[in-house]
Amino acid sequence: MTVDRRSFLKLLSAGTAGVGGASLSMAARAAEIMPKSGRRVVVVGGGYGGTIAAKYVRMMDPSIEVVLIERNRQFVSCPFSNLVIAGERKISDLTLGYDKLAAHYGIKVVFDEVTAVDAEKKEVVTAGGSIGYDRLILSPGIDFRFDELEGYDPATTPGIMPHAWKAGEQTLVLKKKLEEMKDGGTVVLSVPLTPYRCPPGPYERTSMIAWYLKNNKPKSKIIVLDANPDITSKAGLFRKGWAKHYAGMIEYRGAKKVTVVNPAGMSVLVEGIEEVKGDVINVIPPQRAGAIAVKAGVVGPDKNWCPVNATTFESTQVKGIHVIGDACIAGAMPKSGYSANSEAKVCATNVVALMNGRELVDLSGINTCYSSITGKEAVSVAGVYKVDQGKIVAVPNSGGVSPDLSELEAIYADSWLRNIMTEMSS
Amino acid sequence: MKQIISSWSRVLVTLAVLAAGSVVQAAPATPEMLSNACAGCHGTNGVSAGFSMPSLAGQNRVAIAEAMKGFKSGERPSSVMGRLAKGYSDAEIEAMADFFSKQKAAPAAAQSLDLAMVAKGKTLHERHCKRCHLESGKEFDENAAVVAGQWLKYLQIQMADYADGKRKMSEKKADKMKPLSRDELEAIANYYASIK
Repeated sequence: MTVDRRSFLKLLSAGTAGVGGASLSMAARAAEIMPKSGRRVVVVGGGYGGTIAAKYVRMMDPSIEVVLIERNRQFVSCPFSNLVIAGERKISDLTLGYDKLAAHYGIKVVFDEVTAVDAEKKEVVTAGGSIGYDRLILSPGIDFRFDELEGYDPATTPGIMPHAWKAGEQTLVLKKKLEEMKDGGTVVLSVPLTPYRCPPGPYERTSMIAWYLKNNKPKSKIIVLDANPDITSKAGLFRKGWAKHYAGMIEYRGAKKVTVVNPAGMSVLVEGIEEVKGDVINVIPPQRAGAIAVKAGVVGPDKNWCPVNATTFESTQVKGIHVIGDACIAGAMPKSGYSANSEAKVCATNVVALMNGRELVDLSGINTCYSSITGKEAVSVAGVYKVDQGKIVAVPNSGGVSPDLSELEAIYADSWLRNIMTEMSS
Repeated sequence: MKQIISSWSRVLVTLAVLAAGSVVQAAPATPEMLSNACAGCHGTNGVSAGFSMPSLAGQNRVAIAEAMKGFKSGERPSSVMGRLAKGYSDAEIEAMADFFSKQKAAPAAAQSLDLAMVAKGKTLHERHCKRCHLESGKEFDENAAVVAGQWLKYLQIQMADYADGKRKMSEKKADKMKPLSRDELEAIANYYASIK
């Protein structure tokens, strides 16, 4: 794919102008930027789903222009961020830029925030102006339902009780709080009801915090308050790993839904009654699709997640808008980074088919997901997915979890990260 | 009559589902659709960037299909591959093998190798391996895999599985491999990893 370097650079600077363009008048902001000259797909969100959707549309039909809109100049991966918290990885290992991807595939990257979608006019509105599309792919990830936690101030509470469920600054806040805690302290971690981003994530985090404490502050303990009745993913393996490495350190309590937070007193309340105090409190709030999905009207009757067609990932609510990744309801496919990668390719295939009047192709999807138990050992889960009667289902008699925790799983986990991040960034 | 009712109810169900927009007419998953799902771990078009995961681009079609069928039956040891391979029919496996075999191969990026081992491995290759792993392992005879330019870590894991008796070998391969020490297998792995 040849790249028009000059127009790409021009676009990069146009994006910069948009971000810094607060002094522009409202009228100027609403003006159309990048008028469409041919067929165009706009992708919103440059994470595990969006980067791949943008890349594969270009791979499959270079005559379609692709504009990727992302608010951050760099992406930080949630997968492996629990290892950063434990001091086993640097956050720079998990950080990506967009230059190489944009140059290799001729993707036009705009660094801006999408504030609205006009599905009638087929345009998205950003601070820098509006951008037209033929088809829109939203890969917005998650946002939090802070309002379901009494006492939670979205502006100040994350600095006191970090969620660290979007990787980056929050990851480092939680890491620092653990480092500052005295030996013999108590860490409290709360898990929301499913569905939430990364089903095994809270339990991997528990493991990685325990790993850090065992090596640095061995008199400390962790209390896990899980709104779900039991560990929601890889349960047997986590229990086995905890018994093997962290006996007496992890206190797991199922069916304990945190409903109130008290940042001033460093405590949380289970069901508004039972108070649990902690020296470090990691509240993982309940979640929904990223805010732009709500604004675009693609969240379903549950007001949280986006129902989509299982072949095209087109919203069943609004025509011309496709939703992939954590934000969508993808049947049996979990809300994971690998699922988002896989869904993005299915979506790209069928967006290109729709734009060329070609026959659609059935979904074939994969999820692979590793969780670290210690700094050296990991476990895995894998699945293969297909469409049956309009729903995404796991292929019978396939998939499942690793038989045990092992160092070999951790070696594969490292390669997983290298490959998937390379796929996203080049 | 009963049949008519049931076929009518089927039509109604279909109409209801179509109205909900959740069922569309679509062709069965293509080789590209099946294979793209693997690229998260094996790299775009099968060019791997992960040390323990092999590149599939330009690999022998027969070797990929045999590997997948071995994972599926459990004959070949694996981590996630056994669980994933069970999700595909033999025809789908053949389609993916064909897809990856046709992609442009690219040797692994710079990796740190032991040069003395590379030299030793070259001699051993000439003596034991070159009749099936042709052209320094870039080409293949029958079902042999392309081993040149693979990641060292991946080759080491395979060598260990052979040495531990976890991975079965054909009689022909066993004849050549059995006399080799672990140190010699490590040398051969270094040699193949060094080929660009």
